[in-house]
Amino acid sequence: MSGPLIVGVLVAAGVFLLLRPGQLRLVLGFVLLGHAVNVLLLAAGGLHRREPPVDGGGAESADPLPQAFILTAIVITFGITVYLLRLLRRASRRGSRRPETWDRGPR
Amino acid sequence: MSLLLIGPVVGPLLAATVLLALPGRLMLRRVVALLATAVVIAVGVVLLLATSDGEVPVLRVGDWPPVVAITLAADPLSALLVTVSAMVVLACLVAAVGTGDDRRRAFLPLTMVLSAGAYGAYLTTDLFNLFVLVEIMLVPSYVLLALSGGPGRAGAGRVYIATSLLGSTILLAGVGLLYGVTGTVGLADLAGMAREIPAAAVAGGVVLLAFALKSALVPLHDWLPRAYPVASPVVVALFSGLLTKVGLYAIIRIYAVLYGGDPAYHPLLVAVALASMVIGVLGAIGVRSMRKVLAFHMVSQIGYVLLGLALFTAASLAAAIFYLAQYVLVKAALFLCAAVVRATRGTDRLSRLGGLASSNPLLAVAFGVAALSLAGLPPFGGFLAKFLVLRAANEVGDWLVLTVAVLVSLVTLLSMLKIWGVAFWGEVPRPAREQTARPGAALLGPPLVLGGCALLLGPLGGPLLQVADAAAAGLLEPAGYVRAVSGR
Repeated sequence: MSGPLIVGVLVAAGVFLLLRPGQLRLVLGFVLLGHAVNVLLLAAGGLHRREPPVDGGGAESADPLPQAFILTAIVITFGITVYLLRLLRRASRRGSRRPETWDRGPR
Repeated sequence: MSLLLIGPVVGPLLAATVLLALPGRLMLRRVVALLATAVVIAVGVVLLLATSDGEVPVLRVGDWPPVVAITLAADPLSALLVTVSAMVVLACLVAAVGTGDDRRRAFLPLTMVLSAGAYGAYLTTDLFNLFVLVEIMLVPSYVLLALSGGPGRAGAGRVYIATSLLGSTILLAGVGLLYGVTGTVGLADLAGMAREIPAAAVAGGVVLLAFALKSALVPLHDWLPRAYPVASPVVVALFSGLLTKVGLYAIIRIYAVLYGGDPAYHPLLVAVALASMVIGVLGAIGVRSMRKVLAFHMVSQIGYVLLGLALFTAASLAAAIFYLAQYVLVKAALFLCAAVVRATRGTDRLSRLGGLASSNPLLAVAFGVAALSLAGLPPFGGFLAKFLVLRAANEVGDWLVLTVAVLVSLVTLLSMLKIWGVAFWGEVPRPAREQTARPGAALLGPPLVLGGCALLLGPLGGPLLQVADAAAAGLLEPAGYVRAVSGR
């Protein structure tokens, strides 16, 4: 039950941030959306369809495939977040000379 | 044979590493990039020949069992798209020599990584790997757009990155949902699932939504005409040949395999296809630069391909695949013409252009052939492609589709005539910017060769049509593909 709630709250917060002006909020919004999808992937796992990955693992063992998915997704999201922050920094440095109106917050 | 499948992915990635290790030696770097791409074209042609008799080469990397292995497979559709994309990459690399785009240190390695992701996306058989390969393709494109852009690149780059990231997030969520419902992400294991399990159809719909965003289908198209025209024309040619086409390929493949071409979705697909065709072509009327006009036509032309998929008969699928292959070449030719214009005149805004036909007749020939092919006039390849789509629509007896498709071609022709009339025939505007240098062979060659392909595909389109027929048969009856990939 907690899985859908966490995903819902994270998606709501992420979409809220995406719809606000300002690029830092955009970056944070995508970070939250990324977390939401990771939780969703984790909740999608289940061993009722296949054998446990390790011999002797019982019904208690976890499904390894979604964890591998999440690990990959985290690496990709992290890389893109760093790139976005770098772009933001470049824009703000340039902004000291020539302000870009749509990078500013609400007025 | 099946070991060849790894070539299109690993070859360009290796080339990218070599390129990073060789800063400053421009000629050597060019040779490495061109060689890697030429090798991919060769591999693509070999795969095309190997798959022509219905055989599906499959490679499980490291010989792991089917569920665990990273599996690559080629059917005629994948092999054709790898070959055509690699031809576009080659043309762009040559044109980049002419425009000087490849003097930027990052250009060649980024192009190599981008193309490796695209080829991999065509060859993978697993939705999660498809996500990863699409990311491998998109991340270099963010950097290329930011590096090569003109004025307004910061805003356009932001629109582009935000849209792509949103698409990737939705895609990953869709793959997760599909895994939760069916317990697998392998395309072969998912075959026909959407018809059996309603929840799988919904999850697949999320994946399709993500790819619709990535391939700029109406009503998710708005980012493309905003973002693409800011990049340098060579980069736009590269993007138009690879990025949106991977999204379109994924839609075709997923709809054919996961949904089995379920006729319940045909009205929705036809509606999206027609809306894309009409809105794309109307959008092109109001804009005033070559790149913007061409970017709007991308939206419109993608609609024709989707139309072929929506009708889902053997004839319409073959038409869609033929259309896709010739259109990728024609569009690259047009964008590379814009690259020549921009390199010689310093701009591609229509209001500042004129008299190109007399100052540069070879460019006029290349543009004219490609533009007429895009509009679908005989005897060019574009005519054959549009004729095939129309014939398939006629067989189904859908008169609305026929009417809209013909009218959209007409408006496309008007739009091309607008560029021709202003830029090629019009007066040279004052103050006249004298042509500083005559465009070299590297600049003029690629659009001429691609335009030549567009011309030849009309009367000599038989072999491509055979490949398209074979690919359509594979999509209509995915049993052979599924059996080869799942290893059962």
